[in-house]
Amino acid sequence: MAANVPLAMSAPPLDAQAVRREFPILATTVNGHPLVYLDSAASSQRPLPVLRAIEDYETHSHANVHRGVHALSQAATAAFEGARERVRRFINARSVKEIVFVRGTTEGINLVAQAYARPRLRAGDEILISALEHHANIVPWQMVCEQSGCTLKVAPINRRGELELDAYLQLLSRRTRLVALAHVSNALGTVLPVKRLIEAAHAHGAVVLLDGAQAVPHSHVDVRSLGADFYTFSGHKLYGPTGIGVLYGREELLAAMPPWQGGGDMILTVSFEKTTYNELPWKFEAGTPNISGAVGLAAAMDYVESLGIDAIAAHEQRLLQLATAELTRLPGIELIGTAAHKAAVLSFVMKGVHPHDLGTILDTEGVAVRTGHHCAMPVMTFFGLPATARASFGCYNTEGDVERLVAALGRAREVFG
Amino acid sequence: MDLKELYRDVILDHNRRPRNFGRIEAADGQAEGNNPLCGDRLSLTVRLNGERIEDIRFEGKGCAISTASASLMTEAVKGKERAAVRELFDKVHTLLTQPDAAADGSLGKLAALSGVREFPVRVKCASLCWHTLNAALGHGPPAVTTE
Repeated sequence: MAANVPLAMSAPPLDAQAVRREFPILATTVNGHPLVYLDSAASSQRPLPVLRAIEDYETHSHANVHRGVHALSQAATAAFEGARERVRRFINARSVKEIVFVRGTTEGINLVAQAYARPRLRAGDEILISALEHHANIVPWQMVCEQSGCTLKVAPINRRGELELDAYLQLLSRRTRLVALAHVSNALGTVLPVKRLIEAAHAHGAVVLLDGAQAVPHSHVDVRSLGADFYTFSGHKLYGPTGIGVLYGREELLAAMPPWQGGGDMILTVSFEKTTYNELPWKFEAGTPNISGAVGLAAAMDYVESLGIDAIAAHEQRLLQLATAELTRLPGIELIGTAAHKAAVLSFVMKGVHPHDLGTILDTEGVAVRTGHHCAMPVMTFFGLPATARASFGCYNTEGDVERLVAALGRAREVFG
Repeated sequence: MDLKELYRDVILDHNRRPRNFGRIEAADGQAEGNNPLCGDRLSLTVRLNGERIEDIRFEGKGCAISTASASLMTEAVKGKERAAVRELFDKVHTLLTQPDAAADGSLGKLAALSGVREFPVRVKCASLCWHTLNAALGHGPPAVTTE
C-alpha cells in the first residue's frame, strides 16, 4: 500500500462536495451543529447506491439462497453469488471458491483460528502477531494457544508506532506456523510493509493472515500480488453494511480445512451415520447468510471503484497531512502514531484533558471522533496512555471538517483552561 | 447541551487537584473499579474505626468527571458511618439518573455533579467511584466494572 502513495497522489482530485451529497446521513445536525463525521475507522457511512441496492434487493429479489427452484430463490441466489464474484474481482482472488462470506473481520480471523490453526498446531509451535494488533487479532490466537498448547509471540513496535522489522525477522523460525498481522493499524494508522513481511514469513514456511479491515477502504488490495494466504475485512468500513465481511483464503488451504460451523448450506448429504460437506466456499457458510449484506457490499465496491480507490486515498492523504500540520501547531496536542506510512487515521491526546472529556466536548460541537482504547489495549499500554482521541477520514471528509475539528479542540482548551 | 453545566468550576478544580489522592497502607477495605469502555481505573483504600470511615484515598487514571467525582466522594464520606454513606450513595444515584431530581442541601459540593445526567454516556464515569466504595466497604463484589 505504501508503494501506492505516489500513484495515488497523481490521481484526479475527488469532488468531496459531490461525494457528500451521496451520503444522506451527513446532513444530520448534532447538538445544533452540522455533523462532522471523523469516525470512519470505526464504521463508515453508506452512500445512496448502497442503500438503494439493499432496498432494491429486499423489495424485488429476496428469498432464501441455494434452496428453491422458484423465481425469487433463483434471483436471490444470483444476487448473492454475483456479490461473491464482485468481491473476487475487487481483491483479485483467483476463484470465487476462495471468497467466504462472514459477519466481519473478527469472524474471519476466528474462522482461520479454529478451522486452520487449532487442528494443526501443537505445543512447540508458534503464532506470531505484532504489538499493533486489534483485540480481534490477539484474542482468537490466545484461544488457540490455550486449546492446542502452542505459543503466541509478539513482534514489537517503536515509539513512532512502526513495526520493528529486525525484531520481527528474528522472531520468525521454523517453529512459526502462522503469522497474523494488521495490514493497517486501526489505533495509529500505521501501514505495515506487508509484502515484505509475508515474504519473510513464507521463507520460514509460515502461513500468513492479514487483517485488512483498515486497509481495504484506503488502498487497492490485490491478494495475489501481496501473497497473503488469508485476508479478511469488513463491509461496514468500506461504505457497505454491517454484519457482512469477507474471508479470502488460498483454495488449497481452505480445501484442506474442516468446516467451522455445522448446519444448512454447508452440507451435500446428511444422514445420522455420515454427513458429506459442501464444496468451497459454501463449506464455511452454515445457515442462511446475510444476503442483503452481500448485495450491499457489492454495491459499495462498485461505488468505491466509481470514485477510484487511488483518488480516495489521495484525498484522504491530503486531509491527513493538513490535519497533522494543524494539530501539530496546537499547544498541548501530542500525536500518537507518527509512522512514515500512515492511512487516514490521526490518534492524539491533549495535555490535561482526558480523551473521554475531549470526546464529549467535540460532540457538543457536532464533531464525532472515537475516544478510548480502540480495542487495542496493548498499543495504549505501550504508549503509557489509558486512551486516545482518534479522528479518521473517509472519502466524504473535507478541509472544512479539519477546520471544525481544530476549532472544537480550541473549545476544549477553553473549557479546561 | 451546555458544557458549563457538566464541567462546573468545582469539577474542574477537583480534576486538577484531586483531594485524598493516594493509597492507605494497611487499609481495612480496598477495591478496584474499572470502566473498560474508556480505560478508566480507580483504586480505593479505606481505614475504618468501627462503623466510621476514618480515612479514605483513591488513585488511578480517569476522565475529569470520574476523577472529580472520586475526589468529591472522598471528601463527602470521610468521617461518616456506613449507614450514612449508603444514604448518600442513594442520593447521588438519584441525582445522576433522575431527570428532575433537585439536589438537596445534604449533598453539599456533590450537587455539582447534577449536570452529568444531561450526558447519559458519562453517568458511569461519575458513579464508578461510588460502586467501588460499596465494594471496599464489603457491600458488593471486590472488583467493579461499569460493563
